[in-house]
Amino acid sequence: MKPAPFDYVRPGSLEEALQALAGHPGAKVLAGGQSLVPLLSMRLAAPAVLVDINDLPDLDHVRVSADGVRIGALARHAAVLRDPDVARVQPLVPLALANVAHATIRNRGTTVGSLVHADAAAEMPMVLRLLDGSLDVAGPGGRRTIPVAELYVGPLESSLHHDEIAVEAFFPALAPHTGVAFEEIARRHGDYAMCGVAAVVTLDGDRVVQARAGYLSVSDVPAVIDLTDALGGEVTEASLAAAADAALEQLEPETDIHATADYRAHLARVLTARVVTAAHENAREARS
Amino acid sequence: MTEQTHEIRLNVNGVEHEAAVPARRLLSDALRHDLGLTGTHVGCEHGVCGACTVLVDGQPMRSCLMFAVSAAGHEITTVEGLARPDGELGPVQQAFRECHGLQCGFCTPGFLTTITAGIAENPDPTEDEARDMVAGNLCRCTGYQNIVKAVCRAAELARADEDGAA
Repeated sequence: MKPAPFDYVRPGSLEEALQALAGHPGAKVLAGGQSLVPLLSMRLAAPAVLVDINDLPDLDHVRVSADGVRIGALARHAAVLRDPDVARVQPLVPLALANVAHATIRNRGTTVGSLVHADAAAEMPMVLRLLDGSLDVAGPGGRRTIPVAELYVGPLESSLHHDEIAVEAFFPALAPHTGVAFEEIARRHGDYAMCGVAAVVTLDGDRVVQARAGYLSVSDVPAVIDLTDALGGEVTEASLAAAADAALEQLEPETDIHATADYRAHLARVLTARVVTAAHENAREARS
Repeated sequence: MTEQTHEIRLNVNGVEHEAAVPARRLLSDALRHDLGLTGTHVGCEHGVCGACTVLVDGQPMRSCLMFAVSAAGHEITTVEGLARPDGELGPVQQAFRECHGLQCGFCTPGFLTTITAGIAENPDPTEDEARDMVAGNLCRCTGYQNIVKAVCRAAELARADEDGAA
């Protein structure tokens, strides 16, 4: 349970950090380390070089504007969770963050780190997909924005190049007449969920004009499913059942040591109804 | 090949320590082996059990999920730093004794540090909030009922301290 030896660099600028990465294809970036250090300790990863970015200036920020929330690479989950402006502009972010591990882990772990780690069992990659956000990365060629649709390519695999550093995530603001909800089922509150679902529901008058749900821990990459057509404009017992059916037609739940595929399908069905109902309720309250 | 070591200074419980450690030295191991502060316990070593929790700049963090080199420059408080300056038990320690909050004692250091920060942030927790405060710590003796009682009692003792000081 000890990491293999590695060279440790702690650069003081983004340029130095990029140089350190450029020279070593086997290098990894260390921010909060709450997912990386266990991988190192279990020797599931053994990078030759660790580039600790904790001294980089300008990356420890949370910026909120009317169009959304920008989270710097060194902003800890706990800081984002506590920010009242984040909750006001995009309430799904704190709803999901409250389920990210335990308070102790949130004090050190970073939201951007979790996004880059690309774990389909984690909350924030799914939320970024559901909200259609993006990730800004810096590389030798400068800065580029990766839309979330192009970010997750496989289990624990993002489309970042080995010589790039994620610098900022963007979560778009809550649209008008829209409600959100998040719920997950874990054996112990704060542990990885066996299934988690978030929903975004938009109303025009009484009619549901858009409904989408995001699923974590169901398949090997975070999944988002459009439920608008299945709901047929309203939230009733029958339309919720139709929406859950539509979701499960597209999801392919996996079996692992924590839950069978059947049990995951059951959880996905139950949680879909719950979060769509709750998001719909929030959208109605926002309207009144 | 000999492994490269880093000279670091760690501020633990208000005392500056110097150590030469390889980059892969976990903070939990640096505290125990390099500094001899064996109050911090090591359980799962991958962030699940919470036994190794210490305060870093007042915030509870897993010392098995931090490298000692990354901890340099921060103020660390271990369970050894929780007693009052005169050596008497601190409020959380006192509450654990009164409420029978420990059985085998292995997980206790992690609980004491976690709760110390928890009641600083929430000085009057409900039972549910107390439960949530310790949700990231595992007690294999399953002593949770009394641990939750101890959280509420510790908060009471800490508030009395505050009133006394005011």
